[in-house]
Amino acid sequence: MYAFEIERPSTIADAVNALKGEDAQALGGGQTLIPTLKQRLAMPSKLVSLSGIGEMKGVCLGDAGEVCIGGATTHATVAREAAAHYPALAALASHIGDPAVRNRGTIGGSLANNDPSACYPAAALGSGATIITNNREIAADDYFQGMFTTALEEGEVITEVRFPVPEKANYQKFVQPASRFALVGVFVAKYAGGVRVAVTGASEEGVFRWTEAEEALSGNFDGGAVDGLSVPSDGMISDLHGTPEYRAHLVKVMTKRAVAASG
Amino acid sequence: MTSVSMTVNGKSVSGDVEGRTLLVDFLRNDLRLTGTHVGCDTSQCGACVVHVNGAAVKACAMFAVEADGADVATIEGQANADGSLNTIQQAFQDHHGLQCGFCTPGMVMSAAALLKDNPKPSEAEIREYLEGNICRCTGYHNIVKAIMAASGQDVTAIAAE
Repeated sequence: MYAFEIERPSTIADAVNALKGEDAQALGGGQTLIPTLKQRLAMPSKLVSLSGIGEMKGVCLGDAGEVCIGGATTHATVAREAAAHYPALAALASHIGDPAVRNRGTIGGSLANNDPSACYPAAALGSGATIITNNREIAADDYFQGMFTTALEEGEVITEVRFPVPEKANYQKFVQPASRFALVGVFVAKYAGGVRVAVTGASEEGVFRWTEAEEALSGNFDGGAVDGLSVPSDGMISDLHGTPEYRAHLVKVMTKRAVAASG
Repeated sequence: MTSVSMTVNGKSVSGDVEGRTLLVDFLRNDLRLTGTHVGCDTSQCGACVVHVNGAAVKACAMFAVEADGADVATIEGQANADGSLNTIQQAFQDHHGLQCGFCTPGMVMSAAALLKDNPKPSEAEIREYLEGNICRCTGYHNIVKAIMAASGQDVTAIAAE
């Protein structure tokens, strides 16, 4: 790693101030950023650790019944504390990485990084969540802007994520066993206003909504409703783990499994 | 350099570290607690698992500065007060839960974290919990058996393989 300073503020205001410095970078749980720094793929002059900010941690219920999760909340905490309110979200969190990674990695870090194979982007987009930062609220539909790209401005910090709770939901991850990221993961959520289907791991553009499936499932919430649909392989990720055609095929398979498992 | 203080295996320690100093390097190089191993240094293998405020973490994927004020437990603090092996360590010895031994500190620390939350895990639960701990001798069978034995479960029916 190149040398850098590290600050550990205890309030959001102090963190935002510290991030105004040139080449300053926020540090969530570090489960992606620290390996990245070791490979010298990033060279910040200052890291601002968010792990000491109490007001950014925890899970609670909002006035409208939505699940509110602080940006610095670890996956392990979400798995434990969101289970009673939003079981599909808690189940997703409980299968990210491995137990030690879940004790450090945070929801804000995952969403800010927007890895094209990460799990949380599928939950946020599939739930129509709201990403709340230190200065605004961003709808999930506007937030994800392509692989490793988001609507966040330089120095902007995710302080909270709000998930409206669906009637039914499920996340199915086809695990890439070495990395435990999703080779393809599909989050299906049924709301009174319709069904949302978000896909991670598949597209070169990162997480996306499979709108044809959403329409079909909104009319008939049964896996068979997507039988007649096909997912184009154009723009799907190609690597040694799977061809674009394979990933496109998995999108449909995992969607059907998610519908079946959402009960 | 930044000054850090923490409790490691019940003792107060402090030192001056760079921003980039990893917790595992502080433990090994500054405190000379070399029982915590660095296997991959890419947070895959779990040889460096320690407990920070009671939670298992990979010490190669956390900066020492972030453990300032924390209560850290490493393999060196696992034995009983009289120096004898604790229940998990003894079970690893009894059931041949180690071969070369390199992954063992991380395996024992992960096992301790698991049994704290789940005192009687099933074989499947143990295997799932150990997803982030890699044994390059591929000695998983006896590691799982040792953890089941350490949790007081009868393992006589599990044949050595």
